[in-house]
Amino acid sequence: MERTLKKYGWLFVLPTLVAFTIGFIVPFIEGLYLSFCQFTTVGNATFTGFSNYVAALTDASFLKSAGFTVMVAIVNVLAINILAFALAMALTQKVKGTNLFRTIFFMPNLIGGIVLGYIWQILLNCVLSLVGEPLLRLNPTAGYWGIIILMCWQQVGYMMIIYIAGLQNVPDDLIEAAKIDGATDWQILWKIKIPMMMPSITICVFLTLTNSFKLFDQNLALTAGDPNHMTDMLALNIYQTFYARAGKLWKGIGQAKAVIFSIVVVLVSFWQLKATRSKEVQQ
Amino acid sequence: MTQKKKALNIILLIILIPLALAWLYPIFMILMNSLKVESAITTSSAFELVNGSNFGGSINYLKAINSFGFMTSLFYSFFITVTSVVAIVILCSMCAWYISRVHSKFSSFLYYLFVFSMVVPFQMVMFTLSQTADMLKLNNPFNLWVIYLGFGAGLAVFMFAGFVKSIPVEIEEAAMIDGCTPLQTFFKVVLPILKPTMVSVAILEAMWVWNDYLLPTLVLDITKYKTVPMLIQYFRGSYGKVEMGPMMASIMLTVIPVIIVYIFGQKYIIKGVAAGAVKG
Repeated sequence: MERTLKKYGWLFVLPTLVAFTIGFIVPFIEGLYLSFCQFTTVGNATFTGFSNYVAALTDASFLKSAGFTVMVAIVNVLAINILAFALAMALTQKVKGTNLFRTIFFMPNLIGGIVLGYIWQILLNCVLSLVGEPLLRLNPTAGYWGIIILMCWQQVGYMMIIYIAGLQNVPDDLIEAAKIDGATDWQILWKIKIPMMMPSITICVFLTLTNSFKLFDQNLALTAGDPNHMTDMLALNIYQTFYARAGKLWKGIGQAKAVIFSIVVVLVSFWQLKATRSKEVQQ
Repeated sequence: MTQKKKALNIILLIILIPLALAWLYPIFMILMNSLKVESAITTSSAFELVNGSNFGGSINYLKAINSFGFMTSLFYSFFITVTSVVAIVILCSMCAWYISRVHSKFSSFLYYLFVFSMVVPFQMVMFTLSQTADMLKLNNPFNLWVIYLGFGAGLAVFMFAGFVKSIPVEIEEAAMIDGCTPLQTFFKVVLPILKPTMVSVAILEAMWVWNDYLLPTLVLDITKYKTVPMLIQYFRGSYGKVEMGPMMASIMLTVIPVIIVYIFGQKYIIKGVAAGAVKG
């Protein structure tokens, strides 16, 4: 079979491969090359070596947005996963209306980042003016917590669904056996459920971590970096380097920042996968 | 034991009900304000419900629909989502089948390339991609699916390949021995087995394409074509003084169709998400 299939291979692979080449491979390689160039369009690039990288790494706004991104990512990953896990535990106790709760908590996932950002901007501004605090445009602390609250509101439901599926996969006889042996609920949670659910935890941490690092739409709509770029995350900083700064130097620097950003995201996600995978147990 | 269980149930409900209401509140608040007259929408009265004195009826909705080209944007978003998802589901499942059935250096290289593309942030390719799209005349809503196919292939191929590996190869071999061509084998034997995964992939990709903002903004000619997220951002970003009423009405117009689809398809959507994650 393999041989016949191979003969027809182009028919199966080519359409996707052509689109993948146009949509990813070519732009990726071009982007990698352009990060070493000065350019304003792809056509007029001149090679400049590592100067873009030097400029990117000495750009204070880039480093500041990197720090801000890390702060958002850490709190997001912890808050979303703990909340989602707790909800999943609560919704697997056969409480009345489980399905309705699940439906409600999942719903914000279907709404796009831009719309979510504006919904929360309106809501948070109203709350802030009610308590007499400066609005989001002038209030970086509120901007930071706003992003966290928004991300929790959006993603807790999604992770909860994954955790529920994981909890349902923990075999009942294992828990029965532990109960007979006199284990408390707390011990069952830590010694049986959590180790058995490591695959779900791996995925949820991976998703929340990469989502937080790549966050753009919500950041743009909620704060747009205000006040004075204090709430810029990395993706937004790169976007502004490309499209909001005048001068022919900036596109090259933006591309170099994008390469650094990609390397960081790839390394962080593979490190995380390795770290949590190693804690998974054989079922 | 049952006594304890009952008490636990009540405690959980006491926590869950307010939490669920809090989860719904932001949308409820936008809905309320979108029904008010413009002068009644101020930060101090934003939490008031609609009543006789501030009720504006459908005025904001009509304004949003008539003067901001909402319907055209809705059509573009719909068209792009449908074409992209159909292309991704059919073409990527074919590609994934080949990759998992033909064991060669080429297919394993391709597989890892697809996986890699899932992790790389969009900012890496955004500038060069928009220029490539301009060059190839893919910068309109009718050809945009090509870009989405290319950029969405990573997740789709990954999920399909994961599932194909769990299908016994003997079924396909039997079909081929009985005289099926590879195309017939795929469409008549493999495709029906892949259906549940196709639903998952379709749902995940549709959620992404429908809500995507940055890719269409950079690729499409913004003066001619705006998808719904682009319209909302444009609305907000380009006016000095934003009219809050029509703004909130257009948010609701974006959210309502999604919620309707969700209410009818929630079983599939939730299952699709769970299945997609487990495969990963």
